[in-house]
Amino acid sequence: MQYISNILFIIALAAGVGYFTFNIRKIIRNIKLGQEVDASDHQPERWSNVVRIALGQSKMVVRPIPGLLHLFVYIGFIIINIEVLEIIIDGIFGTHRIFASVLPAGLYNFLIASFEILALLVLVGVILFWTRRNIQKLKRFWANEMKGWPKNDANYILYFEMVLMVLFLTMNAADQQLQAIGAAHYVEAGFFPVSNFIVPFFEGLSESTLIIIERAAWWLHILGILVFLNYLYFSKHLHIILAFPNVYFGKVVPKGKFKNLESVTNEVKLMMDPNADPFAAPAEGAAETPAKFGASDVMDLNRIQLLNSYTCTECGRCTDECPANITGKKLSPRKIMMDTRDRLEEIGENINKNGEFKPDGKQLLDDYITREELWACTTCNACVQACPVSIDPLSIIMDMRQYLVMEQSAAPMELNVAMTNIENNGAPWPYNQMDRMNWTGEK
Amino acid sequence: MSETIKVPTMAEYMAEGKKPEILFWVGCAGSFDDRAKKITKAFVKILNKANIDFAVLGTEESCTGDPAKRAGNEFAFQMQAMTNIEVLNGYEVKKIVTACPHCFNTIKNEYPGLGGNYEVVHHTQFLKSLLEGGRLRVEGGKFKGKRITFHDPCYLGRANGEYEAPRDLLQKLEVELVEMKRCKTRGLCCGAGGAQMFKEPESGKKDVNIERTEEALEIEPKIIAAACPFCNTMMTDGVKAKHKEDEVQVMDVAEMIANAEDL
Repeated sequence: MQYISNILFIIALAAGVGYFTFNIRKIIRNIKLGQEVDASDHQPERWSNVVRIALGQSKMVVRPIPGLLHLFVYIGFIIINIEVLEIIIDGIFGTHRIFASVLPAGLYNFLIASFEILALLVLVGVILFWTRRNIQKLKRFWANEMKGWPKNDANYILYFEMVLMVLFLTMNAADQQLQAIGAAHYVEAGFFPVSNFIVPFFEGLSESTLIIIERAAWWLHILGILVFLNYLYFSKHLHIILAFPNVYFGKVVPKGKFKNLESVTNEVKLMMDPNADPFAAPAEGAAETPAKFGASDVMDLNRIQLLNSYTCTECGRCTDECPANITGKKLSPRKIMMDTRDRLEEIGENINKNGEFKPDGKQLLDDYITREELWACTTCNACVQACPVSIDPLSIIMDMRQYLVMEQSAAPMELNVAMTNIENNGAPWPYNQMDRMNWTGEK
Repeated sequence: MSETIKVPTMAEYMAEGKKPEILFWVGCAGSFDDRAKKITKAFVKILNKANIDFAVLGTEESCTGDPAKRAGNEFAFQMQAMTNIEVLNGYEVKKIVTACPHCFNTIKNEYPGLGGNYEVVHHTQFLKSLLEGGRLRVEGGKFKGKRITFHDPCYLGRANGEYEAPRDLLQKLEVELVEMKRCKTRGLCCGAGGAQMFKEPESGKKDVNIERTEEALEIEPKIIAAACPFCNTMMTDGVKAKHKEDEVQVMDVAEMIANAEDL
């Protein structure tokens, strides 16, 4: 019977990690529904981006207040994981503060003290985040696409983190008191600059009560972490993992450089080659003409774009800087990302149920993203610049415009006129190319 | 603004068996739009004054394809691009200067993949290099001490990371440069990019150029400096809509330099 808690712990750990892995595999499968994309170029820049933008949070701090608060929570998340490691080892082997017996006392005390200070900073950060959302009601958190689940999701995450930090500090406080009264198994270890202030509440409690408090906090804390880990999959909060690969795969060429469609290049070359034989069979191994130009559904997008959609944590900095959105148009780059993810999840569910994708009569275009949104974009790159984790909503907008124009000839009328002018007389306006030098003679 | 300007074409250079130092890519706006033509002429006057050996394609120039590409028409874009590249490569062009950030971006970033490899510079970058190389001298003149703000073109700034060249030129004019709240990497678009110039905006509560103009007017500049013919049009329209055209001018940086020198 003495091993019952170890066994329970191992079962909880295996279930938590197992279910998480199961869901992550679904995400990987869904991302692979997208088109393959070669990102083997620019490796040094990609790694440098990971270091600067992801690890270094360089784009978060462009907005200093949320940037600083996020820094607390981010560093807290990374560093407190060392403590989680200790908790897991203790849980499996039934030890108590195993690192205290392995590490020099000074180092262990330093670590515990930093965890405590970070836990407090995380708590402060998260409470202020909650206030910004719910009391201050910052505009970007109350946009149209933030109603219902996205709004609740954001608050649930904050509550989770608050509870986890309170449990962590409670656990330490009870532990301290147990150490002070010399309870067996509670070796004296750690330096507790924060939970120190909770200890007075526990003074005078019996050893058994304290052990119940300490054990309850310990268990709830680690179980909470496992639940939170599994909550990620159902939430926008996946960015805590995906931000790193996403930044690696982010755009490394100038933002103004849009990709040239290779399939179009081949056809244009054929058209311009006077010696081309239009009836010739395509060369062996030549790339086949794609089934479709541009994107009308998520499978037409590439894998990086789909990873982008899972990475988006709906902070809304993109939408906040979007000229179309600022001036009241329907376009919101954040919604483009959320729609892409929602549609991809819908297709994933479809596959889970049917074994393979059974057409459901829906697509990303029109059923999720309207044409009005797509045509409102000025391609100014403000959204791409603003994203703290290198998401590129503009590339999705462009791919969908390509579908509208090249597959459906469904551009707004005035744009068709401009494009016809370009094709006929080499300018978006109806001026003759032969008049291009007229300005030199005009006064 | 009196003396005639000299604008040789590549064909004329070719006939003489010569090659110019740079090709000046005029662009559609610079060739046809009445407001933008003034920018083109101002820039040419500076080139003439500095004795720059340049030529234009003239009637052999055609739209880069930028608006077609941003509208989603990759076919029209690549047709334009490949036609232009054939002409440019035929003349063995090495260096291209343009006063339009959209042409600049497209030729610089999207032509290489289609066989067009050139050194492409924006006219503000080129003017800066002339000043630094001592080939052109500029003093404050009539703009000295004037309160001026600079509106970043998206396709020069965010798209290609050039924020300083136009500002350096304004500093050379000894203006009092004041920045709008949203500037440089966070500069607000004028509303013309992505082929918006050629269509009506979607319905909303305001036009983008009005939003941007209001922001500029808040800091009470005498001149809103621009570096893109489309931004210029949008901001000029915005200033007119706000009935401030008597107090606030919209000018291209090249026009300011030409004006300061009374060219």
